[in-house]
Amino acid sequence: MASFGERRNRLAVAGARATTEAMLGGQPRSDVIRNAVFAGLLLLAVGLALAGLLALLIQAFAKGAPALSPDLITNPPSTAFPEKAGYRPAIIGSLLLIAGVVLFVVPVGVGAALYLEEYADKTRWWNRLIEVNIQNLAAVPSIIYGILGLGFIVRGPLDLGFILAAGSLTLALLVLPMVIIAAREAIRAVPDSIRQGSLALGATQWQTIRRQVLPASIPGIATGVILAVSRALGETAPLLLVGATVFVTFDPTFLGTDGYSAMPVQIFNYALRPQEEFQQLAAAGIILMLVVLLAMNSFAIWLRNRYEQRW
Amino acid sequence: MTTAPEPAGGDPRRLQAQSKRYGERLIKWLLAFCAILSVLTTTAILVSLLLPTIEFFGIVNFFDFITGSDWSPQFEPPSFGVLAIVAGTVNVALWGMLVAIPVGLGSAVYLSEYASPRMRKTIKPVLEILAGIPTVAIGFFAASFILPNIIVPIWPGEFLGGAEGKPFMALAAALGIGLMVVPIIASLSDDAMRAVPRGLHEGAYALGTTKAKVATKVIFPAALSGIVASVVLAISRAVGETMIVVLAAGSTPQMTLNPVEPIQAMTSYIAVTATGDIPAGSTDYKSVFAVGTLLFVMTLVMNVISIRLVRKYREVYD
Repeated sequence: MASFGERRNRLAVAGARATTEAMLGGQPRSDVIRNAVFAGLLLLAVGLALAGLLALLIQAFAKGAPALSPDLITNPPSTAFPEKAGYRPAIIGSLLLIAGVVLFVVPVGVGAALYLEEYADKTRWWNRLIEVNIQNLAAVPSIIYGILGLGFIVRGPLDLGFILAAGSLTLALLVLPMVIIAAREAIRAVPDSIRQGSLALGATQWQTIRRQVLPASIPGIATGVILAVSRALGETAPLLLVGATVFVTFDPTFLGTDGYSAMPVQIFNYALRPQEEFQQLAAAGIILMLVVLLAMNSFAIWLRNRYEQRW
Repeated sequence: MTTAPEPAGGDPRRLQAQSKRYGERLIKWLLAFCAILSVLTTTAILVSLLLPTIEFFGIVNFFDFITGSDWSPQFEPPSFGVLAIVAGTVNVALWGMLVAIPVGLGSAVYLSEYASPRMRKTIKPVLEILAGIPTVAIGFFAASFILPNIIVPIWPGEFLGGAEGKPFMALAAALGIGLMVVPIIASLSDDAMRAVPRGLHEGAYALGTTKAKVATKVIFPAALSGIVASVVLAISRAVGETMIVVLAAGSTPQMTLNPVEPIQAMTSYIAVTATGDIPAGSTDYKSVFAVGTLLFVMTLVMNVISIRLVRKYREVYD
């Protein structure tokens, strides 16, 4: 049998709880409605974004399906016979462009990232300038890189002419900041204890970088390079300015002066023609490109998750 | 090893390397050169933009260029009033952002405050896919689907001139650009809101605040600088976007913000003119660089603002 004091306490607690619940427990009806409406609007926003993506994919597939055939990859473009036209020179052009981009961007991008993370003294103004400069370059519109290509690489100081190598260099400069930023993040993720351990054992700074830092950051760098390459693969605007002429019916070469084409430029050219056959060809080209890009991006994400190291 | 073995009880050990290590220094300079290359890129951009631009202003009055509203370089006499194509860019960016900001911010609030971790893990990569779609594909989608199948059926035939039967219009490009920048706004704003310390959430909930109010009155203001940065970056991307505008908005310079008119944007003027066979050195050719300079300055200002703002919120909560 509980004492009187204990019972009085229990009663008081129960009373206080009831009062509190009555005052604060339930939400006012207006709040409940407002919450529901707000959540509904948010879902609508996400739904709209996803619906846009879905519609884009479905439309490309629905429209491009009739034009999907091996001809698409093996045949050159043609205005006279759209039913037999394809993307062969454009595909070869894009592959060569990308090869050039990788050759340029991997050493230079990783080199710049290594300098900024491992050597640069961040209190010096010139190093801060390089850093701010890279951030800004990453956000310069792609067509401005086209102007750079036209005014500096094709004509002007480098004067390469309208050749594929000039297009490749333009695209490489366009994605270089992306690679540097990604590589820096990967290098920064390697803990300092690894470096200090290596240095303490008598390794030089470069030996430490080459044997410890670089191997540990390769997955992150590779992810960044793949994403950058997929960006370069889809870029159209700068190529228009540096001479990716649109009707190339032969296989382009790296230094050939007869012109070259690229996948997105060829798609653009087909898309500008109002006839249904060319619209289908454009859509089919978009399907090809989306499949390649999706595969590359998925591989990059897989790589990131697979080799992500926890230190 | 960097030090030679010392005789026992000999001189105090020297800690410096005995050789000068020229190889190490060479490597450092090589890497530094890679980094400097990015500064050279900027210099090259400025040089290739400015030299023809200065020549251009030797032919065309700067004041006429910057205040004129008639853009007809092909006419005789030609007129270079850049405001007409600036208006085209603003037209597309304005209507595009009107759609993209609510959708992008709504998605960001949903992702950071409402979505379960599983939902988040599915939706974020999907948005990343959207961000990776080439703009030529979005432009094609805008011209061949959004315009005929969404805008024309919805837009009343008479209102503001109507959308019926027009092959190009600003609104189609604007919606395409909206689709392009939604993932930028959603992803960056989500990051900004997730950088707000948990304590602020929990404090607000402990005071009995409802979920909607926590999101709008606590988290949103706390992440505001990051959110504004994402929007500014998105505007800069919208202004600099080329392919969507070329494919969906047309090439008719018009001094209008009416969304159902065909227009020409700055980027599409550059793309269309520089692709054609215009002789290097002609006024047309130089005008491409003048428009490019203006575009570069506009986007640079926005990018600098955006970078500043991002740094600000990082400083506050790191």
